[in-house]
Amino acid sequence: MSSIETTLMFVKIAIVLMGLLLTVPIMLFVERRGSALMQNRLGPNRMGPFGLFQAACDVVKFIFKEDRAPGHVNRFYYTIAPWIAVIPAFMTFAVIPFAGSLQMDGFEAKFLIANLDVGVLYCFSIASLGVYGIIMAGWASNNKYSLLGSLRSSAQMISYELTLGLSIVGLMMVFQSVNLGEIAAAQGETLIQLGPIAVPKWGVFIQPLGFVLFLVSMFAETNRLPFDLPEGESELIAGYHLEYGSMRFALFMMAEFVNMAVASGLITTLFFGGWQLLPGMGFLATQVEQLGILPAGGWVQVLFQGLSFVMKVAFFMWFFVWVRWTLPRFRFDQLMNLGWKVLFPLGLVNVLVTGLLIYKGVL
Amino acid sequence: MDFPLLAFSVFSTIAILGSLLVIFKKNPVSSAFALVLVFFAFAGLYALLGAHLVAALQILVYAGAIMVLFVFVIMLLNQDEPVHDLEATGVIYRVVSALTVTALGAILVRAVLASKSMTPSGALTDEKIASLGGNMKAISEQLFTDRVFHFELTSFLLLGAIVATVTLAKRKSRGEEGEV
Repeated sequence: MSSIETTLMFVKIAIVLMGLLLTVPIMLFVERRGSALMQNRLGPNRMGPFGLFQAACDVVKFIFKEDRAPGHVNRFYYTIAPWIAVIPAFMTFAVIPFAGSLQMDGFEAKFLIANLDVGVLYCFSIASLGVYGIIMAGWASNNKYSLLGSLRSSAQMISYELTLGLSIVGLMMVFQSVNLGEIAAAQGETLIQLGPIAVPKWGVFIQPLGFVLFLVSMFAETNRLPFDLPEGESELIAGYHLEYGSMRFALFMMAEFVNMAVASGLITTLFFGGWQLLPGMGFLATQVEQLGILPAGGWVQVLFQGLSFVMKVAFFMWFFVWVRWTLPRFRFDQLMNLGWKVLFPLGLVNVLVTGLLIYKGVL
Repeated sequence: MDFPLLAFSVFSTIAILGSLLVIFKKNPVSSAFALVLVFFAFAGLYALLGAHLVAALQILVYAGAIMVLFVFVIMLLNQDEPVHDLEATGVIYRVVSALTVTALGAILVRAVLASKSMTPSGALTDEKIASLGGNMKAISEQLFTDRVFHFELTSFLLLGAIVATVTLAKRKSRGEEGEV
């Protein structure tokens, strides 16, 4: 490995980590002001223009608040639980490509941290570890509401993980790969040409049912409304993080937002072409390239690909907030019925139909 | 010390310590969490051997799904008292477990000593796997062509388990209704 490759590696890790850390304050702002917008309120608008500095104030508050652990908790598990929730959330992003590849002198630079053969399976496996943070927190808190929250969480995770895995099997069959870099690259092809508009071969166009199933399961996996039963503030006060305060609570919140970012990144990569340029971006890229401000050799393309990726991810992050403030919470039996009796059979049907279509040569 | 050896030492130490914790922790939930740690360390060892798919599945299936179910059941039972008191076990039980463990250990030691090299043996060498297009493709190819019969048999096993579970659950609820 040449020195430039090593440097690039560290730069990529830094970009992803910084990006993920940056989403937390941005999402704090978006969630508060977005919810206020939807409920015809103002929301926190005192600090800075449009209340932009509110997130910074919150961070300062979290840091300086007394970090107090109640006497009845299991100290060891109580302390490590927030970390177990937050670390897998950050680890998952390693296999998601945020731009295409670039020919540099001597090697091909790929813009994802780890180009793993198992790709999306790595994402799912690491993400499935995050649930232990929630389970541990609820159990170690030694509080019946917390325990109920973590029980709900474990049942919910297991039920929806099946659908989550099953919903992308069709996609894997079409693209013949689980490597997210390859899947994103394959979505650059044109599916059908409708007059002047070329419809790209994005996952959502070839696997619409798979997309819906994946989206719903992702909401359940990230514990966001309408599936936020582990928290369920009207029933369980705050569920699994009831006994947590100051920075420890902030870690849980961070884990939730980073999980949302990873979920949006996965949705984008699997179903919306990943780093493939958005319509109009190609034109902009050539314009900028002609200006000649930026170094030549494809860097402008990479920049615009990264921009497209970030914009798509941002849309889905907003979508998460949008749904949260639009739909009411499911009841627990409704959640289980939806998972096992509706989504799971639909996932199986999707695999079967995709298989038949591939056999017939349609896909 | 080179990196694979270092990683191997770290993962195997975690696996051994975790296994000891599983046995010696009095609290069943703590034991279950320790077992998750063991599975994670195993996944690390598999990844070191180049079996990335097995490593991912190890975490996804064992640590991510099966152990969550275990923890769920343990929490649901809410067993505060330790289930097994080591002092209270009978002599026969102790002798039998000691013999079983010794026999199992002997088999494992023999297997390690009998292996001629430290690299994995078998038809699928690293070059062969690379030519087939990676772990994932190599395993899937085998699973759905030469081994499809065994693969389908496994699904029958699972089907049997599901039918058994449903039968047991249904019978119990019907009995309760009958009593009322």
